[in-house]
Amino acid sequence: MVVWKDLLVERRSKETLNAVFFFGLLLLFLFQFALGPDRERLAGTLPGLLWLGFILSGLLGLGRTFVAERENDCWEGLLLTPGDKSAIYVGKLAGNLLLMLVVETILLVLFGFFFNLELAAVLPALAVVIALGTVAFAAVGTLFAAMTAHVRARELLFPVLLLPVEAPVLLATVKATEAVLLGEPLGSVAHWLKLLAAADVVYVAVGVLTFDFVLEG
Amino acid sequence: MASEALIRVAGLRKTFGNHRVLDGLDLDVRAGEAVAVLGANGAGKTTLLKVLATLVRPTRGTATVAGYDCARDAERVRGQVGLVGHSSYVYEDLTAAENLTFWATLAGLKLTEAARAAALAAVELDRAADERVRTFSAGMKRRLSLARFVLARPRVLLLDEPFTGLDQRGKKWLEEHLAAFKAGGGALLMTSHSFGRELAVADRIAILAGGAIALDTARGSLSADDIHRLYTLHAEEAS
Amino acid sequence: MAFGLAPREATQGNVQRIMYLHVPSVWVAYLAFAVVLVASIAYLARRSEGADRLAHASAEVGVLFTGLTIATGSIWGKPTWGTWWTWDARLTTVSILFVMYLGYLLLRGMIDDRERGARFAAVLGIVAAFNIPLVHFSVYWWRTLHQPPSLMKPGPSTMPGVIVAALLVNFAAFTLLYVYFVTRRARVLRLEAEAEA
Repeated sequence: MVVWKDLLVERRSKETLNAVFFFGLLLLFLFQFALGPDRERLAGTLPGLLWLGFILSGLLGLGRTFVAERENDCWEGLLLTPGDKSAIYVGKLAGNLLLMLVVETILLVLFGFFFNLELAAVLPALAVVIALGTVAFAAVGTLFAAMTAHVRARELLFPVLLLPVEAPVLLATVKATEAVLLGEPLGSVAHWLKLLAAADVVYVAVGVLTFDFVLEG
Repeated sequence: MASEALIRVAGLRKTFGNHRVLDGLDLDVRAGEAVAVLGANGAGKTTLLKVLATLVRPTRGTATVAGYDCARDAERVRGQVGLVGHSSYVYEDLTAAENLTFWATLAGLKLTEAARAAALAAVELDRAADERVRTFSAGMKRRLSLARFVLARPRVLLLDEPFTGLDQRGKKWLEEHLAAFKAGGGALLMTSHSFGRELAVADRIAILAGGAIALDTARGSLSADDIHRLYTLHAEEAS
Repeated sequence: MAFGLAPREATQGNVQRIMYLHVPSVWVAYLAFAVVLVASIAYLARRSEGADRLAHASAEVGVLFTGLTIATGSIWGKPTWGTWWTWDARLTTVSILFVMYLGYLLLRGMIDDRERGARFAAVLGIVAAFNIPLVHFSVYWWRTLHQPPSLMKPGPSTMPGVIVAALLVNFAAFTLLYVYFVTRRARVLRLEAEAEA
């Protein structure tokens, strides 16, 4: 239900999608200019750049998760509904996942275009890595967005809290993406994938269990 | 008509930081009864409502609704209570109908087209059903937020200064609506800082000053002037 | 209260003695963060103010010891490898923990409503604690699976008994120091809370 509402709001206002999309585009150009046309150097840093792009765009999008709720005290309104509040968390998480996956897909295509990558062969493996990493990112991001929604310096505190926590996820996804882009099979980075899966489970579980406490107040 | 107290507050105390807002407040409201709580701005009226709506936890004392404790059984209380406050809890970018669908579904109600249309008609928003809330006036938003409770039918309605900001027609409409709610066995707790239509709907009048109930009397027992005098007296005492 | 921290004589040069501060302080930091986890869960389960103050105090002292770990690691590194900083497994892990819990303290500082701040901090404390093993493994794999082994390993794998004993002594000393700091800090927090009410 929450997802339906968020999609409707988004479709009407298009604020978040536009902002995140243009931000991602901007990042892409920045990377090009900052690193220059040296192909060798680019290829080595590519996985890192890709995830940097995903994460920075994600920060923007996730931070705005609860912005609609600040109007007219809808936040309070959500709290007042009877029933399990974790459903709201899951709903918001699903919405954020959708947003991030859409942006990531577009960015990936653009990356492939600008940096001349052969993505077709590795796409399934890449998709797995991206999916696992995005869930980990969105799970904690949604929770922290709820926490920082009412804080004074929200835009500052949100990334400060989220990025250190996501450091292992970043490491895992970059390493796994690196291997996949080099054409290695997923099995070679199984340990990273297991880490990501474990992170996914832990983060979503903690989010579901603690969201009640965050919404209160 | 059942006469158990649907709302029961005993020794309620709430402190925010250094500021003690409520101090030993006792109040009961029975089913089918409406109580108007008068108090100056900042006297703690909204805080009292928030405690009963489970938005704020008491520092000390108890508040129960329909037998459920507001602090410990908050989820159960939320199912029994409807809060109509200064905030309208509506999403600006959705239409009136969509807002209702959202809130009703979240409240666990199975909503039919007919029920939704009826609720909108009851608050006289049926013609604006498919317009975005962003275009609504404050009064319309207030009516939309009331429409939620036409659907949900809580046992207790908590209203914060409900007649403020409504025009004559709106006030008459609200009065009728609240009377119907009372007749249906619900308990009503309203707050106000002035002497308006609340007095007509209320069965009892209480004055909130100094963090507690300074006076609690049935409406018929005092004249409006008496009440006014006592109110000013208590308000001055408290400040 | 805490007895002196006297590093034992070591056969490697004097700088090596910094290890006796460096290793136990990271152990105590882990201890502190474990306490934060337990206290956070206790607070959410029972809303006990004491649990919240314990979490707060333990996080502060934990950050202190983490900072100490980083500083001693850095000081140790300069003469040994010629550089102030290196991305070895332990320093990286500890730095991430440092920033995470610094964020915890920042969050507490930025929320005015005490009760809400306590709740949010408790949630953060739980997330951060569950993150620690993830950080540990990811950093360790990052360093050891793709780098030449000439970098310092997280600790010598076999150590003479004397060194182990010295480390344990210092660990005990640091733990006592930790307990002392936390109780003092928690008491100050309680006094502050009482003064406000």
